[in-house]
Amino acid sequence: MRLMNPKAMAVAAATSASALFASAANAVEIEYWQYFFDARVTAMEQLIENFEAANPDITVTMTHFPYADYRTKVAAAIPAGEGPDVVQLFYGWLNDYKAASLIQPLPADAFPADTIDAEFFPMVSAMREGDNYWALPTAVRSLALFYNTRIFEEAGIDGPPETLDEMLEIGAQLTERDGAGNITTAGLTMGMTAQDHHWFREGLVRQFGGEPYLDDYQTVNYNTEAGLEAMEFYVGLGADDGIGAIGFMDEPQAAFKAGRAAMHIDGSFRIGSLNNTRGLKWGVTELPATADGMRSNYSSYWVNAITTKAEGEKYDAAVKFMQYVTSDEAMQIWLDTVGELPAKPSVGLTDENANNPVFGPFIRGLEYANTTKFVNESAQRQILIDLVERVKLEGMSVADSLAIAAEAEQALLDEFYAGN
Amino acid sequence: MYKNLTIRQKQIVWAWAFLAIPVLFYVVIRFYPTGNAMVISFQDWNLLGDRTWAGWANYEKLWNDPVFWQVFRNTFVYLILGTPISLVISFVVAYHLDKTRFMHGFIRMLYFLPFMTSAVAMAWVWRWFYQPVPIGLFNNFLADFGIPQINFLRSTTNALPAILAPAVWAGLGFQIIIFMAGLRAIPQSYYEAARIDGVSNWTVLFEITIPLLRPTIVFLVVFSSIGFLRIFDQVFNMTTGDPGGPLNSTKPLVLQIYQSAFTDFDMGYAAAQTVVLFLILLVVSLLQLYLLRDR
Repeated sequence: MRLMNPKAMAVAAATSASALFASAANAVEIEYWQYFFDARVTAMEQLIENFEAANPDITVTMTHFPYADYRTKVAAAIPAGEGPDVVQLFYGWLNDYKAASLIQPLPADAFPADTIDAEFFPMVSAMREGDNYWALPTAVRSLALFYNTRIFEEAGIDGPPETLDEMLEIGAQLTERDGAGNITTAGLTMGMTAQDHHWFREGLVRQFGGEPYLDDYQTVNYNTEAGLEAMEFYVGLGADDGIGAIGFMDEPQAAFKAGRAAMHIDGSFRIGSLNNTRGLKWGVTELPATADGMRSNYSSYWVNAITTKAEGEKYDAAVKFMQYVTSDEAMQIWLDTVGELPAKPSVGLTDENANNPVFGPFIRGLEYANTTKFVNESAQRQILIDLVERVKLEGMSVADSLAIAAEAEQALLDEFYAGN
Repeated sequence: MYKNLTIRQKQIVWAWAFLAIPVLFYVVIRFYPTGNAMVISFQDWNLLGDRTWAGWANYEKLWNDPVFWQVFRNTFVYLILGTPISLVISFVVAYHLDKTRFMHGFIRMLYFLPFMTSAVAMAWVWRWFYQPVPIGLFNNFLADFGIPQINFLRSTTNALPAILAPAVWAGLGFQIIIFMAGLRAIPQSYYEAARIDGVSNWTVLFEITIPLLRPTIVFLVVFSSIGFLRIFDQVFNMTTGDPGGPLNSTKPLVLQIYQSAFTDFDMGYAAAQTVVLFLILLVVSLLQLYLLRDR
């Protein structure tokens, strides 16, 4: 047998040395990445602290980036062996991450798929493939109607609207205009740039009797009678005699925060920042139902997954960490800190949580929520923004504009599914 | 071997030894990525997976994309409006400021201040100026006089000029300083001779000042054209939410490239557009140098 060449010997020496060091330190260090959002970072710090207390031989380091750089950094780091062992990603990105071999499936023994199906809210099943789950959320989000209790009380209205008609009625009562007809207080904030495009897709279209997409979200189906009625309802909200205006106070949430809007549709992630707004008194209720009581909501979530970088003992540590961040305890901490909703009914639908005046409406919304399978959320949002702008700024009819939008979105979906 | 070189050759060796560092830097930081971008423009890449060859597909997509042509048009509107307007204003200001003694330094500083301000902060302040009632400064002012409010940013026609205005304003300070340096460089004796001959101020302006400012004007035209062709900060910050303004009415090429790359993750398409931008910049710069050359 020939002697080993010097390069191989150097590699062998380095490997044994690193093995020695690892066992000497007797601790595994894994890295966790998420994007920066104050409350999420605080919550994760607390989860890591608890996890490390329970597993003294594992250290978790968290790194966070501005949302804008997040995907780029993850994509560059993992193939280079530098990135996270456990990573947070948006549910809509899962296919891209899988295709690029950035993440690996969760082990079936620690995360049995059937148990997960039984224990989590149903929309999570989008993460399942065969007997494996690829990723799991700690928390989910849904929409609800925020209302300014001070404006309501001053107008003598004793409660938030239950139905869309009531919303229109109350909104009309609370909208204030100056002499020239410009809105100074909006009944309802408006803007496809914010959450309204979700409200339209999964809320209004379904409530007007439609189905926004077919074939597992591969076919656009809102260019229908129901879709048209839903869009006409939405555009009508911002008409000259409507209860809101697009672009009022720049952003919908800014108008609500400033006390210049009586009602505002937004996600559960907004709770934290509204709580920190001085002088704002607000309440929240479920999205308004139709006259016959039909409700529909949109839900989305961020998931955690184990990357392909995690191997050996780091992989084992990553599995343990994943188990902890998807536990009931972690979900309760996440709810209390970030205001995002537990992904399991066992935590979400406890009496305390489901009847909580703030979280309750969102959690109850999860039961009738749908998750849009976006292929490119910002591009799909842009299509609905443009739909409304064509009507508002160029005077196009809602029907024509809706048809253009449906066609554009279908082209986008076709391009994506043809490539995957 | 080094010993056998002549002094001249030794100087060259040393010059290259010192130049090696910046040359290396430029190769790694500028030329390699530029070449790489050209390669990517013929590939499909979503940042995560492997790069695959796409041939001319990205360029075909670009040719058939109405948004690309809209963006192309916008970019030239920024250039065609922005460069002459900013040059005329800055020349007029510099010309008169040059003759002013009273508080000269202070006034010059005031003009230069916007140039030093962060484009992001400035864009957001202007964005709020442009808002409708009740928060927009301009519209509140109009409303006080009973004039109907103007949609500045939420309009397909007004949005582009509304975004161009702060961009022009922010660049003025720099152009004024350069113009003033150019004006100072014109020998006083020409003006004295003109005064002895008794020519009018207009003649002095058109026969002496402007012709002798040619090098300054050439520099500023090229410099500000490149600036307007690459406009991004103002548009991006004044239209976040609906990036590029309503129905893409304000979207410049650079923002479109940014979106293709970092929201659609279509690196090949972004690179193809970058190559087009590179060619535009090249052609416009060469054309201007040719038109404004010394005859």
